[in-house]
Amino acid sequence: MTSGPGMSGLILEEALLWEKGKKGRSAFSMPQQDVPEADLDASLLGAAPDFPDLGEVDVVRHYTRLSQWNFGIDTGLYPLGSCTMKYNPKINERLAATPGIASAHPLLPELSPGMLRILFELQQFLAAITGMDAVSLQPAAGAQGELTAMLMFAAYFREQGGQRRRILIPDTAHGTNPASAALCGFKPVPLRSGPDGILDPATVAAEMDEQTAGIMLTNPNTLGLFEENIRAITDIVHGAGGLVYGDGANLNAVMGIVDFKRCGVDAMHLNLHKTFSTPHGGGGPGAGPVCVVKRLEPFLPVPRIVKTAQGYDLHSDAPASIGRMHAFFGNVSVLVRAYGYILSMGPQFLKKASQLAVLNAVYVREQLRDTLELAYDRPSLHESVFSDKRQHAFKVSTLDMAKRLIDHGYHPPTVYFPLVVPGAIMIEPTETECKEDLDRFIAVFKEIAREAETDGERLRQAPTRTKVRRLDETRAARTPCLIG
Amino acid sequence: MRYLPHTPDEIEQMLAAVGKRQLDELFAHIPEDCRYRGDIDLPDQLSEWDLLRRFQDLGPQLSLASARAVLVGGGSYYHFVPEIVRSLAGRSEFVTAYTPYQPEMAQGTLQAIFEYQTLTARLLGMEVANASIYDGASALAEALLMALRLARKKRTVAVSAAIHPHYRQVVRTYLEPGGFRIIELPLDETGRTDLTSLPPPDELAAVALQSPNFFGVIEDMVDAAPTVHDAGALLVTCFTEPFAYGLLRSPGSCGADIVCGEGQSFGIAPSLGGAGLGMFACRMEHVRNMPGRVVGETVDLDGKRGFVLTLSTREQHIRREKATSNICSNQGLCALTAAVYMASLGGTGLRRLAKLNYDKAAYLKNGLLASGARLLYRGPTFNEFAVRMPAGFKEQRRRLMERGIVAGLPLDGFDPALQDAYLFCVTETVSRSIIDELCKEVQS
Amino acid sequence: MKEIDELDLPGDVYYSSDHEWARKEGETVKIGISDYAQDQLGDIVFIELPDVGTVFERGEEFGTLESVKAVSEVYAPLSGEVVAVNTDLVDAPELVNEAPYENWIIELRPSDEDEYDELLSRDDYLAVLQG
Repeated sequence: MTSGPGMSGLILEEALLWEKGKKGRSAFSMPQQDVPEADLDASLLGAAPDFPDLGEVDVVRHYTRLSQWNFGIDTGLYPLGSCTMKYNPKINERLAATPGIASAHPLLPELSPGMLRILFELQQFLAAITGMDAVSLQPAAGAQGELTAMLMFAAYFREQGGQRRRILIPDTAHGTNPASAALCGFKPVPLRSGPDGILDPATVAAEMDEQTAGIMLTNPNTLGLFEENIRAITDIVHGAGGLVYGDGANLNAVMGIVDFKRCGVDAMHLNLHKTFSTPHGGGGPGAGPVCVVKRLEPFLPVPRIVKTAQGYDLHSDAPASIGRMHAFFGNVSVLVRAYGYILSMGPQFLKKASQLAVLNAVYVREQLRDTLELAYDRPSLHESVFSDKRQHAFKVSTLDMAKRLIDHGYHPPTVYFPLVVPGAIMIEPTETECKEDLDRFIAVFKEIAREAETDGERLRQAPTRTKVRRLDETRAARTPCLIG
Repeated sequence: MRYLPHTPDEIEQMLAAVGKRQLDELFAHIPEDCRYRGDIDLPDQLSEWDLLRRFQDLGPQLSLASARAVLVGGGSYYHFVPEIVRSLAGRSEFVTAYTPYQPEMAQGTLQAIFEYQTLTARLLGMEVANASIYDGASALAEALLMALRLARKKRTVAVSAAIHPHYRQVVRTYLEPGGFRIIELPLDETGRTDLTSLPPPDELAAVALQSPNFFGVIEDMVDAAPTVHDAGALLVTCFTEPFAYGLLRSPGSCGADIVCGEGQSFGIAPSLGGAGLGMFACRMEHVRNMPGRVVGETVDLDGKRGFVLTLSTREQHIRREKATSNICSNQGLCALTAAVYMASLGGTGLRRLAKLNYDKAAYLKNGLLASGARLLYRGPTFNEFAVRMPAGFKEQRRRLMERGIVAGLPLDGFDPALQDAYLFCVTETVSRSIIDELCKEVQS
Repeated sequence: MKEIDELDLPGDVYYSSDHEWARKEGETVKIGISDYAQDQLGDIVFIELPDVGTVFERGEEFGTLESVKAVSEVYAPLSGEVVAVNTDLVDAPELVNEAPYENWIIELRPSDEDEYDELLSRDDYLAVLQG
């Protein structure tokens, strides 16, 4: 029996916050009342918030125990496809916590000129890495970056004098693409990718016209494949006066290898919490900067951070701009971490990171190709997509195999996405995993596939070593209990 | 490079296993005309120590760290953060986890967010809160889009002129392409929003107020709610300083339908305005139109309590272009941080600290008024207020700055008519001696 | 999921290619979803019903059914005005899973009688499912 790092250990139970504590306890070092009490109009006064009162040790144990029920990259291999769960360097946490950075006030940027310098330089770094001309750091996440780009497309066509209403979106796109486009009044037109998993220029030509704003293309796409026809596709779109949006979620595969401006991309977003190693925090904060070519620069959000003879400054006088996307400058503490990462890597090791990310993914693909059904057998990059087709005969599904991986101490890959592959299993190991860990993961996956043939019930019951077993999601959705 | 574990031998072995000789061959199928030419134009890599030095060299340019007191708010506030908040929210099991798609190995994040939702709903007097939105500004934009969905055919929203100017700008960015109409509601002489001339009910989907508003004035939400509802609209309220609800009536208890705002005050560093926390709450009857992720309680196969992401059919990955929002990643760790902070304070602590903020701000307000300042608006305030300062204050402010005191935020940058007007914010981080020193300088 | 030969496809209702069924009851027609549709969707957790009095064209979306991980629009197999909706489903949407042909969703007063005759018989529908 092959096994991964998964063991069973002592799991401590922990109540909900309000099931603990005693009125009158406190975990807060209350400052002195050094001024007289002031009166408040009774009509404005509310009841004290109904929060539990806890002591400092109560709070410390509560969150320590909760943290132990979690699995992070620091715990182990997290091959979640499309999410680029690479190691989050510790030094970047320290940089973001630098007192001068943490205490910078957004309405007093003149008192923290170094902050504007960091942000300006990061804009330049991201432009250099993608090949694009100008950057806005405001979007707080990838989806907001997409929205920013779509708003810019809408503004561009308004200025051109003719609003276009349709936008082309391939079936391999992230779900955020259609939702972002729809917010800007575009009607998503789905495109089918070809039998080889990439988009055929003829499919684009058939739908592209003067009513169509352009195309939203993820490249490398969500099957881990490079859209090899991208130049032909972008020519078709540009030929009809349209614009090309590139979803840069998968940039980790091609840093220093692909130039997005040369590909014909007009605007793209990056996920700094994927490619640039900033932690995902159990669901954010991320950062989704937008990079554009020169002709879209006037539409970027304000304020823009610019370099002047005296130093760095903010410019808001941009009549064509789509306006403001964020109350201030975006998720600056995340941006600082990405800045630290790029400086740590330099040009040489960013490219190396992409090469090794692809090597790791292709290695896993080749080792597992006899175990799982490969969805598209052609050269792939940073991730590979399998399915549970071979396990159907044993009534074992992708979900069952994913859950069994948990018992072995691995976070499962992304499952049931992309939608074009039924029962998809999408594995993205990233470059920060070493060979012996990959070998162990591969051996475990093979073992699970053998188990599927002989002891399917064991998989269907998995996981069994976690704090809770499979959860009743139907009950959660049917009778929602959203607060305690 | 320490983040890349591969030895040259291993690279060779792995390449051999996949039938390649060189790393470049992995990319052979990428067309020539898409290729990056040359090396990326970036500075050479820095060692850990050189990187730290680069940040240390920026030190003098990051000067606010050495300030003795910053009496500026305006949407980003200085509050004391207990060490346990930094330490617990910084645990790497929380920090380095992804969105909890595999609930069996993410119960820590899930329970913490469920607790965050609960504390948020209790604070705001609402029935349900989501797991967060990016920031206060986009939370307000999402709230208005939600109100427009609920109102179906109506296409107008009315927004108070006392909502943070940046929030109003973000609302415009989000709503304009949909062709929605945004009307700005004026203020009365108390600094509260004038609701006497609302648009007709067949057009108006929502009225948005901020309380305390940008000028620090506490809106009369008890009066506003019936007026807005009589006009056939939903009442959307927002905030930049959640501390206010440690002391004041909650928006929910006043009749608000959707409540949202910025939660940075709850244990999160200003960091030039981000990452912050968009808090978002509404009534249960509207939950299926609520944007953003939400955690719910359920049971596992053995009947044991557990938590999952739920009501996902509202979201982009399922409903695609018909989703309630395009939001995917939110501000998870910031929400968790706020929860740890709220748990550290407790109900009793939050009330006391909120009152202390109120008392200190009142002390400065009285001191400045006695020194020749005049109130911009006479409505009641919480920890922030706007005043017109006597002639010569600009120079006094510069002198105070040299002594490490940032005395208020000039408002003329927001509205040229507000010459000599300043927005002061006083939190628990400002001691009486600083306030006395400031007032003395103004009197000089 | 069920194999095609495991599906319950009664002969006393007519079907649409969008997997709704229709059953004439005097002046009006009751409408629900087929066993195939409920099986594909899985455990239904929420149903969005139209208002009584709404008029739909044939093929127009009249509501949505949600499972944990999917949303499915339901389309009017006939044109007409909604005269009743099955409010039992609001609190117990799982009834559609348990007995899809007993638990109708809406009741329509058809505006064009001919459309009823254009619906699929059990055998025609089975042929659609077999592709």
